[in-house]
Amino acid sequence: MSTSLSLQEKYQELTTAATISGVANLQVREQEGILYIDGEAPSGAVKDMLWGVYDKLDPNFLTGDLVMNVNVSATAPVTHAKVTTEHSNLNIRKGPGTDQPIVGKAAHHEIVTVVSQTSEQWWLIRTKDGEEGYSYAQYLTPEATPES
Amino acid sequence: MKKLSTSILLMGILALTISFTSCKKKAKDADIKAAIETALKADPMSVNTMVSVDKGVATISGECKDEACKMHCADMVKGIKGVKEVVNNCTVAAPMPVINAEDEALTKGLNDALKDQPGVKFSINEGKIVLTGEIAKAKWAAVKQMLDKLKPKGYDLTGLTIK
Repeated sequence: MSTSLSLQEKYQELTTAATISGVANLQVREQEGILYIDGEAPSGAVKDMLWGVYDKLDPNFLTGDLVMNVNVSATAPVTHAKVTTEHSNLNIRKGPGTDQPIVGKAAHHEIVTVVSQTSEQWWLIRTKDGEEGYSYAQYLTPEATPES
Repeated sequence: MKKLSTSILLMGILALTISFTSCKKKAKDADIKAAIETALKADPMSVNTMVSVDKGVATISGECKDEACKMHCADMVKGIKGVKEVVNNCTVAAPMPVINAEDEALTKGLNDALKDQPGVKFSINEGKIVLTGEIAKAKWAAVKQMLDKLKPKGYDLTGLTIK
């Protein structure tokens, strides 16, 4: 159990930061030498801050002894999202998976309609042109509903 | 052996009879403890609970599934004859992390997350994600966030270089 103590100690600053910054449903659990931190951050800034603390405590996250699954809590249902790829278009697929055929593309920085947040990884979206399918959620940033 | 257990049983019945017949007589702590233990054992909600009784004060400890179960436990003990007070030292067990141990689901998630990172190769070793290759720091930070969402059983990143 001494390893358990040191692992929790190692990431003490992170769990404290999560508590102080108002992460909801915070759960810190250890299983088989891995620390799991789950919760809902009140904002994207808090989530980024936590990843910054993680990077400081374990440079480049390379020890691999922490799995941090802190999502930004959805205060309102997400209806629109901006395509935040690095520069390329975002693939729209028939189903949730890169093994699924591409049925369309959303342009970089295009605002799309989020039909359903199918999973943490894949969202069902619809473009202005009416193309509908699944895109990788990492490249979609929730937007306020555009006024039109 | 049989005789002994029979006599214990008889003594138990006797003790029970006395406690029933003379209402004012205090039930012995040991009897209360036994009654609580029997009740807890019969209750599906209490899993790893222990009890001690001192002068009618029952102290329950151990792990309960959740807050409701903890309250339920205390209420039940409170209802047992002879219990004057309940000290509820039960802790609520933290739910175990949901771990994605299925290689198939993990492989699919990894394929999706690493599709745009040709410099990184992955494999799965007993539920752990093993990554090798090179990746830029900014991209790695984003990839690690995606991978943590897959809830793996940990990582082996000894073969990964961050540029």
